[in-house]
Amino acid sequence: MSDPVLEIRGLRVDYGLGDAAVHAVRDVDLTLHRGEVLGLAGESGSGKSTLAYGLTRLLPPPGVVSGGQVVYHPVDGPPVDVLTLSPAQLRQFRWAETSIVFQGAMNSLNPVHKVSTQLLDVIKAHDPTSTAAGRLARARDLLRLVGIAADRLDSYPHQLSGGMRQRVMIAMALALEPQVVIMDEPTTALDVVMQRQILGQLAELRERLGFAVLFITHDLSLLVEFSDRIAIMYGGRIVEEAPAAQLYRQALHPYTEGLLHSFPALRGPRRELTGIPGSPPDLRAMPKGCAFHPRCPKAFDPCDKKVPVLGAAEPGRDVACWLHPVAAPVPH
Amino acid sequence: MRFLLQRTAFYLFTAWAAITLNFFIPRLVPGDPVQSLISRNQGRISADAIDSLRVLFGLDSDASIWEQYLDYWGQLLHGDLGLSFTFFPTPVSTVIGDSLPWTVGLVGITTVISFLLGTALGVGAGWRRGSWVDGLLPATTFLSSIPYFWLGLVAIAVFTGPGSFFPSSGGYEAGLVPAFDGYFIPSAIKHSVLPAATILVSSMSGWILSMRNMMVTVSSEDYITVAHAKGLSERRVALSYAARNALLPNVSGFALSLGFIVGGTLLVEIVFSYPGLGYQLFQAVGYKDYPLMQGIFLIITISVLVANLLADVAYLLLDPRTRKS
Repeated sequence: MSDPVLEIRGLRVDYGLGDAAVHAVRDVDLTLHRGEVLGLAGESGSGKSTLAYGLTRLLPPPGVVSGGQVVYHPVDGPPVDVLTLSPAQLRQFRWAETSIVFQGAMNSLNPVHKVSTQLLDVIKAHDPTSTAAGRLARARDLLRLVGIAADRLDSYPHQLSGGMRQRVMIAMALALEPQVVIMDEPTTALDVVMQRQILGQLAELRERLGFAVLFITHDLSLLVEFSDRIAIMYGGRIVEEAPAAQLYRQALHPYTEGLLHSFPALRGPRRELTGIPGSPPDLRAMPKGCAFHPRCPKAFDPCDKKVPVLGAAEPGRDVACWLHPVAAPVPH
Repeated sequence: MRFLLQRTAFYLFTAWAAITLNFFIPRLVPGDPVQSLISRNQGRISADAIDSLRVLFGLDSDASIWEQYLDYWGQLLHGDLGLSFTFFPTPVSTVIGDSLPWTVGLVGITTVISFLLGTALGVGAGWRRGSWVDGLLPATTFLSSIPYFWLGLVAIAVFTGPGSFFPSSGGYEAGLVPAFDGYFIPSAIKHSVLPAATILVSSMSGWILSMRNMMVTVSSEDYITVAHAKGLSERRVALSYAARNALLPNVSGFALSLGFIVGGTLLVEIVFSYPGLGYQLFQAVGYKDYPLMQGIFLIITISVLVANLLADVAYLLLDPRTRKS
């Protein structure tokens, strides 16, 4: 495995302060390696998006990062903790090192500015020495990269289809050749055909440009196919992390198993879709012990008493479940 | 372009309807101008004079209403709005021409300042919620909730009087002749400060409040988060992304308020005896000066229509989504 490019260590994100705070992300450890696609899956409200917003410091109030580190390793130079950057440093870091493609393809572009304005201003903000002609040429290249005619630069967002808008957003995310691209449900608002096209294009672009992707979605079937490793999130914690193929073949955590049984496989023996009974936990009143135990079909003695710690159950596979006693907990 | 032509046609139709109404309404009012002149002079008008007045007002002819209507249009297109009773025999167009610059000068400039200042403060208040600008809101809201005439009267009571810098009424020092010179202009400015300040105080909070609310709404849009994530400067996000989008409703509101400059300032001009159109209308009503009222209504109607057209054009320019390609 290549070197890490983004290391999340013990990240905690709360909504609100003091005793009333809701802990949306709890002690999350996650490592993104250079050039890999790391999938992050979980139900709505499991804290996936909050994690993404937290690590980029884009949390809207009352969200607060209450602990942890987000260590970014630049290609050259010493690692930096994103959470301790000054506002000016943070502005420089954003987009140039870590760009984001957001959930709402429809609303990510400012409706009153042309595509060109929104593509050019980010290049200008990070490279004030660039010439207008150079920026324009770059913008044209970017659009071509995602398969959009360069004359679309003069279009307004409402003149583009949903798929085109999302591709413009992807082009924008690649404008400064970042090392990390965070994708927060980038294809959720699109139809399956468009979803496939865009993902295919994304995979190809990643081959070519070599950026790492943190891919957030609730659609585990998508991740199985598209990502190298998958992390499963439940109730603000990572409950399982494994290479995509292994996870698909044999899930260790009962929650992962439940997710995998929530969509049909195209090949292989026919099996019953079971889904997961119950509903995601209320973050204001988390169950004691393992957050999943009230819904877990395999819950047993220690589950409602102690929180299982994420650790390596097998080499390269981390899980937080009492069914799989941890050999070595992930070091903090 | 097509859209603009459609709108223009619509407004032309509305203008026609308004002018036609303006023609018919006085003819539905009982009595005629000569009678009201007679009563104003308490009957001390000779029979000859009454006859000549009837001729002067065109009441002698037995033209049909249709012919009168056509004549009315003919006169209107020549800028002839009839003679004013109050300032008999000054033509209405002259009376309006004399008072319109005062209204436009005072209320027009004040409206623009109020809009610019209020919008700028609203941007600040909406972008940095909880800053000192937010603290300004209750104060301005309180001031704008005071009935305008009362605010004006209080201003006169507090700031004017013997030995005070501010005059309590009029548009310029008595005895000066309106001209662009070193005596008249300072005097006109001095006379306009108090009415302008009261208008500002009472109208600004509307702009602040609406701009602030739009800023708050827009700030939670996804494209604002994207703009932050892009690492753009705070200033660029606030102005080019948030304020630019939040401005849209305020701009059309502003264009509409331009239409009310001419008509909506009655109270200001009455309280300060300011020689503008509103004061003239007030007097015209008092003297049953139908031609002058008609003329002023016409001006008000046209300015409201023009302002509406302006609002359409402004929106078209600012919001690409309304443009049909």
